[in-house]
Amino acid sequence: MELAQAEATTATAPKKTTTLTGSAAVLEGLIAEGTEVVFGYPGGAIMPIYDALYDYKERLQHILVRHEQGATHAAQGFARTSGKVGVVFATSGPGATNLVTGLADAQIDSTPMVCITGQVFAHLLGTDAFQETDVINITTPVTKWNYQVTDASEIPAALAKAFYIARSGRPGPVLIDITKNAQMQLFEYEGYVPCKHIRSYRPKPIVRNEYIEQAAAMINAAKKPFILFGQGVLLGGAEQEFKAFVEKSGIPSAWTILGAGAIPTDHPLNVGMLGMHGNYGPNVQTNSCDVLIAIGMRFDDRVTGRLDKYAKQAKVVHLDIDPAEIDKNVKADVPVWGDCKETLPALTALIEEKVHTEWLAEFRAFDKVEQEELIQKELNPETGELTMGEVINQLNVLTKGEAVIVSDVGQHQMVACRYAQFNKTRSNITSGGLGTMGFGLPAAIGAKFGTPDRTVVAVIGDGGFQMTLQELGTIMQSGVDVKIMILNNQFLGMVRQWQQLFNEKRYSFVDIKSPDFVKLAESYYIAGKRISERDDLVAALTEMLEHKGSYLLEVMVTKEHNVFPMVPQGCSVSEIRLK
Amino acid sequence: MSNQNIETPAQQEYTITVYTENQIGILNRIAIIFSRRKINIESLNTSPSEIEHIHRFNIVIQETEDVVRKLCRQIEKQVEVLKVYYNTNEDIIWQEMALYKVPTDTVADKAPVERLLREFGARAVVIRRDYTVFETTGHREETDKLIEVLQPYGLIEFVRSARVAIIKESEGFNAKLREFEREEPGQEVIENEYLDKEKNVFTM
Repeated sequence: MELAQAEATTATAPKKTTTLTGSAAVLEGLIAEGTEVVFGYPGGAIMPIYDALYDYKERLQHILVRHEQGATHAAQGFARTSGKVGVVFATSGPGATNLVTGLADAQIDSTPMVCITGQVFAHLLGTDAFQETDVINITTPVTKWNYQVTDASEIPAALAKAFYIARSGRPGPVLIDITKNAQMQLFEYEGYVPCKHIRSYRPKPIVRNEYIEQAAAMINAAKKPFILFGQGVLLGGAEQEFKAFVEKSGIPSAWTILGAGAIPTDHPLNVGMLGMHGNYGPNVQTNSCDVLIAIGMRFDDRVTGRLDKYAKQAKVVHLDIDPAEIDKNVKADVPVWGDCKETLPALTALIEEKVHTEWLAEFRAFDKVEQEELIQKELNPETGELTMGEVINQLNVLTKGEAVIVSDVGQHQMVACRYAQFNKTRSNITSGGLGTMGFGLPAAIGAKFGTPDRTVVAVIGDGGFQMTLQELGTIMQSGVDVKIMILNNQFLGMVRQWQQLFNEKRYSFVDIKSPDFVKLAESYYIAGKRISERDDLVAALTEMLEHKGSYLLEVMVTKEHNVFPMVPQGCSVSEIRLK
Repeated sequence: MSNQNIETPAQQEYTITVYTENQIGILNRIAIIFSRRKINIESLNTSPSEIEHIHRFNIVIQETEDVVRKLCRQIEKQVEVLKVYYNTNEDIIWQEMALYKVPTDTVADKAPVERLLREFGARAVVIRRDYTVFETTGHREETDKLIEVLQPYGLIEFVRSARVAIIKESEGFNAKLREFEREEPGQEVIENEYLDKEKNVFTM
């Protein structure tokens, strides 16, 4: 009796529901998550979602790409500039498999992305139905999480989980595969409840104060401390906290390419770029410092070079949100698990205010050498041919370091990272971990949607451009304003550089022929110009930047020009070569 | 680059214990952490734990501690994984179960069955006119011995389970699991309910 009474008094009124299709629930969920733009391509298995989208045109902007890979890179560009989750739609089978490159890229570069793929009817799963592929298993290694929905009622919770997982902790790509019956099915929709917690998922490790104290003591005792910072600073939105830490500690700081812009390039304690084609000073000094403080970076092999000769003399403090990164490549003496937005202020509070004048001067001495032996020649070449470095430098002068630079992969990427100035955070958008040629053009489209008020310049090589050039069609149709600068050296430049340096100039299949890019752009109604003379550079760049709408500028540059400095593969960072 | 002077730490058998949500696909997510590094799984057992919706994996591999530690961190990183432990054989108590099917008449006529059963701690699970199934439980070398003995008597079929292991020193995860369950019960796995319904449910 008592129990019955208790039940009667605590019984809640039935939840208010609306009858919705699974497809409408997907779109309601996206809107509830703050999604403004979706990059996608329709097809048979995702037709119900596209049909529903017809009624949501005013509330959700859909950008029709020309290939699903383009949708993923656009979503990445969007996520990286805006800090929000990029969203992609694709159909089953080939549509879904075309997402794999972008998913892998987003996974390794920790980019938050939610991909929604259509799937064949649930009763056809496993029957080799038309356009069926096992998307969940194909994408498992390249997603942070994925899930297959076979019933519409699962959609709101699955979507909420997807967004939560994609953006929390160390961000990453998530895929939701929805069978066609679930998209069409009517169900009682109870509204959208965002996910804030998953029992088995710990996005952030617990910050342990004893490690912060140990790290502070180590930093305070250091004579030659050195900071390496990566994208973790940007992903944690900890640029201010990082700046405060750097400025109080007075420690020279160097960046990985994804960490670029966390503090401005011209900040007095910014000592340059790390890695294979990074600056001379930070690479050499990695093997001279006494305490190495790695913040939100993962000691990628392109940064460390040969591991058994990497910073062996130094005590290592490693700040990372992902416990699996600690000790993965470089053994940490003090691991500081946590979101650097939380750990950095705690560390800053415990460190002494210092200046490391002599130590910093050592970096500047290396800079001088690099400047005299390399940069001067790159920026003021003696031949009549243009170098990539001077083009980027000039672009930089004209944009005053305020533009978003989206680069593809290859020599131009390294040159762009080396010579572009970044006054603002989230300005260097590039494919770091996966090194995906073809990333640049679609990522620039997404980047512009992510930050509509900023100038977005895509810097792309002649090779990479031809991997995703069909996205010119997306630019044409969506009217997005992207400045495309092709640095054309008529080679697959980086491979050619390796063949020259390590394979006795055996140029095996790196001589790539290109179409007339300007005419190609013209056929997509995009204005363009080709230049090859130094005298035309400033005017052409100005015309590109001042042009209303998209513009393609093809710059013919020196053919056999190498990117230096270079840490040859299998060498230590202190064996960096200036030529 | 020469690797001649690099000392390789010794490999040994490690048992990895993983607690996961009962979710479709989690086995694959865990398995690819090994296959991606070209590490062979010697034995893998997965079954429901003492708590509903939570499964316990026992995975046995031959590796160095450094590699095992990194693997465990990667496993623990998976969204549906609650906890991972790794232990050497000294740290655990483990068993494998084996079943042996032999022709009843041959065994009954020729083998010193009683002695075998006593000597190997085996027991008869099923005795039928045509065959008998024995069962033993123990370490690999123990269950292996009975195969040798039964082979001459016409062993028809043999099967062995994966390793199950209990960690000696650990306080166990039971208390924590119960706490988890109290605070937040797990969710039922949603399986594809339309597979056998075909066009009765949804059509174009």
